[in-house]
Amino acid sequence: MSETTVIIGAGQAGGDLASALRQLKYEGRIVLIGEEPALPYRRPPLSKAYLSGEMTEQQLYIKPAATYEKQNVEVKTGVRVESIDRSAKTVTLGNGETIGYTKLAFCTGGHARRLPLPGAEKPNVHYVRTIEDIEKLKAQFQPGKRLLIIGGGYIGLEAAAVGIKKELKVTLVEALPRLLARVTGPELSEYYYGVHTAKGVDIKLGAGVEALEGGDTVETVVLADGTRLEADVIIVGIGLIPNTELAEAAGLEVDNGILVDLQCRSTTDPDIFAAGDCANHDHGFLQRRIRLESVPNASEGARVIAATICGKDAEHNGAPWFWSDQYDLKLQMVGINQGYEEVVIRGSMEEHNFSAFYLANGVVIAADTVSRPKDFMMAKKLVAGRVKSDAATLSDESVELKSLLG
Amino acid sequence: MGLVTYVSFDGEKTTVDVANGDSLMQGAIDNGIDGILGDCGGGCACATCHCMVDEAWYAKTGEPDDMEADMLDGVLDPKPTSRLSCQVFMSDELDGIVVHLPESQF
Repeated sequence: MSETTVIIGAGQAGGDLASALRQLKYEGRIVLIGEEPALPYRRPPLSKAYLSGEMTEQQLYIKPAATYEKQNVEVKTGVRVESIDRSAKTVTLGNGETIGYTKLAFCTGGHARRLPLPGAEKPNVHYVRTIEDIEKLKAQFQPGKRLLIIGGGYIGLEAAAVGIKKELKVTLVEALPRLLARVTGPELSEYYYGVHTAKGVDIKLGAGVEALEGGDTVETVVLADGTRLEADVIIVGIGLIPNTELAEAAGLEVDNGILVDLQCRSTTDPDIFAAGDCANHDHGFLQRRIRLESVPNASEGARVIAATICGKDAEHNGAPWFWSDQYDLKLQMVGINQGYEEVVIRGSMEEHNFSAFYLANGVVIAADTVSRPKDFMMAKKLVAGRVKSDAATLSDESVELKSLLG
Repeated sequence: MGLVTYVSFDGEKTTVDVANGDSLMQGAIDNGIDGILGDCGGGCACATCHCMVDEAWYAKTGEPDDMEADMLDGVLDPKPTSRLSCQVFMSDELDGIVVHLPESQF
């Protein structure tokens, strides 16, 4: 029987999976199905260079259409998968078409968590996940406008930086007591608070949003403490919900993402895989189950699936890493700092050039580097190698990090 | 538009057209060249698009800036002509350039 891999979701993971299969000389049919109208594109610039207008839609595309044709990948965009029949091994699309598969991959990503308040559906309340989201936002993203950002995570802070650059008046509210609370330590949170405040962002921490008031648009955001903030444009960046409805309906095990093993294979069905934001996978390096939201994680998952389908050994086991550009600062992070006992700063926060290393039981488990690519490259190796070190060594700039690798 | 020849670690040569202004990383991805990953999409943030420019061409590509040089310092087995291919942009000057790819980007 001839082979067909059907990929649901034409984002980073889906696009990468199709390419990786062809690079491994997979000879079967590959069908890549995306709900959005665009070819697979890079999402990170949506909150940065695409919002600021420095990048065009064409430049977001990971590859041009001709490349998929050349690789004999059938790309179907602007169409939903409605259902999956696992016993017949078919998927049925919104246009009625039914496609048989031998292997099926969920690369369905996620959607922006909606603000659960009346008024959140009004036309000046925006999210940052798709090209369409940014197209709507861009039209209102004009100099002098009062921009209110709800959420002090990567999306909120990157949007704030672009807002300042484009001369909007930026206010940011975060429900938790510090910025980037989910992804970094208090030292970095405080550092980024200082950076954004100095650039002119009015940041309110511990500020939950209670109500949205106005007419056709939201005009006032009311905080839990009664503070009223007027706004022309609102961006909500309060997290991502994995797209797992289809997997659940197909009877796959789902718990904060589609449950998959080290090969990204569903714990329920060995012919089904998942990668990217929608997958909750066993992680070889972290030695636990985790759902990650990052491009490197999506790409690695895609490569693991391709290798597994082609009968090669591969495991999802790279040390996770992330990056975020705000103003001219390059934040690069590796590892998950959860459970750290000590944080060590190397370099100078005042000079906007430093790294934070997180230690647990004397082992470097994570690092955040700010405009220090050399430290980042070494930190990747220290974290991946579970290298032991200490505060005196890591903070001493006369000691080359390379020397710790042994 | 100019020609770029990518040479894999085991000597396999692939020559493709790359538009002026496109990076050599994008050229590799557009043409399904194995050996270049480009995980960060060309932002000089990941160093998974490492290549070694053929010595005859290196001078024409110019020197890496500080950020790129620092990233290159941490790649597997850097060479004197190492570059991140996301930071080398096609131009008439580079028509015909040859770059060598490492066995692994990690």
